[in-house]
Amino acid sequence: MAGNTLGARLMRNLNAKIAAIPMVTTALVVFLGGTAWTVLYSFTNSKLLPRNSFIGFDQYERLWSNSRWLTSIQNLMIYGILALVFTIAIGFLLAVLMDQKIRFEDTFRTIMLYPFALSFIVTGLVWQWILNPEFGIQHIVRSLGWDGFTFDPLNNPDVVLYGLLIAGLWQGTGFVMCIMLAGLRGIDDDIWKAARVDGIPRWKTYLFVVIPMMRPVFVTTLVIVASGIIKLYDLVVAQTSGGPGTASQVPAMYVYDYMFQAQNLGQGFAASSMMLLSVLIVLIPWAYLEFGGKKRG
Amino acid sequence: MADLTATAIPSGPRPRRRLSGRNIMIYGTLLIVSLYYILPLWVMVMTSLKGMPEIRMGSIFSPPVEITFQPWVKAWAEACTGLNCDGLSRGFWNSVRILIPSVILSIAVASVNGYALINWKFKGSEVFFTILIFGSFIPYQVMLYPIVILLREIGLYGSLSGLVIVHTIFGMPILTLLFRNYFSSIPEELFKAARVDGAGFWGIYFRIMLPMSLPIFVVAVILQVTGIWNDFLFGVVYTKPELYPMTVQLNNIVNSVQGVKEYNVNMAATLLTGLVPLTIYFISGKLFVRGIAAGAVKG
Repeated sequence: MAGNTLGARLMRNLNAKIAAIPMVTTALVVFLGGTAWTVLYSFTNSKLLPRNSFIGFDQYERLWSNSRWLTSIQNLMIYGILALVFTIAIGFLLAVLMDQKIRFEDTFRTIMLYPFALSFIVTGLVWQWILNPEFGIQHIVRSLGWDGFTFDPLNNPDVVLYGLLIAGLWQGTGFVMCIMLAGLRGIDDDIWKAARVDGIPRWKTYLFVVIPMMRPVFVTTLVIVASGIIKLYDLVVAQTSGGPGTASQVPAMYVYDYMFQAQNLGQGFAASSMMLLSVLIVLIPWAYLEFGGKKRG
Repeated sequence: MADLTATAIPSGPRPRRRLSGRNIMIYGTLLIVSLYYILPLWVMVMTSLKGMPEIRMGSIFSPPVEITFQPWVKAWAEACTGLNCDGLSRGFWNSVRILIPSVILSIAVASVNGYALINWKFKGSEVFFTILIFGSFIPYQVMLYPIVILLREIGLYGSLSGLVIVHTIFGMPILTLLFRNYFSSIPEELFKAARVDGAGFWGIYFRIMLPMSLPIFVVAVILQVTGIWNDFLFGVVYTKPELYPMTVQLNNIVNSVQGVKEYNVNMAATLLTGLVPLTIYFISGKLFVRGIAAGAVKG
């Protein structure tokens, strides 16, 4: 009993340790190791194969002077902000509507959530068809007699992002609505009773009492939606293939093309490291608020 | 039991049944919104049932005058990607061959993880779990190439088994979280009693934990089937053209630049690809909602 040697300590819970090998390997080798490897090799001039010749920040300088990358970043910022604001606003408004003790709630939820079960490829292809200028919405409005009507986002570089946004919102808002609805249902009924006794209108209660109370739900949704937006790839591939020209390019596409098509690994690594950095910019303040905040208060 | 008592005693004010202005606004908005959500499904189905001449003349919203299943047949068995003209069926079977082992393996690994994390904590187990959770936020693009190297080392790059491993790895954070949260709600006394009776790690897992957590396994299956079926990026990176999953093949068929565009075939192909997750969605109903909520709210 007294001799708690190293061997004995290793043998304790041996089965549990063996069972945890896949988890430990994934965490250490793939997640930590893989990330570190990519960041490290973004400082090399790897072309077809990874090479160990370090060239400092050259890849990053090339990256930030590449107009295609700059377009990608700009697109992601515009799309990201719009998608974030609209997804959360629409998701919350729909959840509020669904929370009014309505009938057919299940039916409405089923309708709003089914796009979320579909892939971005399917989403992109359907909306590509609906927005098709020769057959889709533009054609139909024109055939109704409004000849000058123009709505052709997928072939117009200035508004192509809105075409993507329509599809992205269609796919994702139902999901946010569901989370928000769960958040609203978590609000104590007494709050509503108290507000009613005080004669506060419903919209005011939502705005000044419910929303502040749902802060954690909003923050979680924000993080989930934002990290999804940074990964944006399939939708663009399916709906516009990054076009017209390079008008709807996104960073994930840039990474894929340089890594697996252009055989310029170093550029791909540098671009993906920049994507990681942008996630950290979202994630670190959140982690600080969530975990740092609790300790203080 | 709790449900019974809740329904037996009505509480709160009597629901108003009249057609107030407020109700018209609520239902009106919901109906218009529903239209936006239903529209693409409607258009897909209608387009896939028309012939090309009818598509060129009519509106994409109108139902077909003459219903034809030819586009479906063509999408399934004849549509071309590159030199292969055997339709989406190839991609479908590839996806099935990817899906089944991936779902089983990822859930098996993650459930054991969750179980070990709750009942068999060892030094550092929480640290690995934290890395796992933070890892789920890292863009896949950062880990794409290192995994190519790892798979090449073990000789699985470009094979279906390689892709199964990739799905297991990337499914692990969310599933482990799901199982960990579920197992933490099972009373610890049960576990302790089994220990006293001499049951070991696997004995408790198979005889107590597994039978007690079937609902969460169903949720995990729903989550994984839709997630893996809908994957595009991993399929395109880790397999080769003849092994491409359905989503990749669908994209190649529809977005190919050669030949005359056959929109009806394209929409039939798109619907075929969406059919599996849609079926899962409509059958599972509330469990699907529970799955995504478990993934989101507790995270």
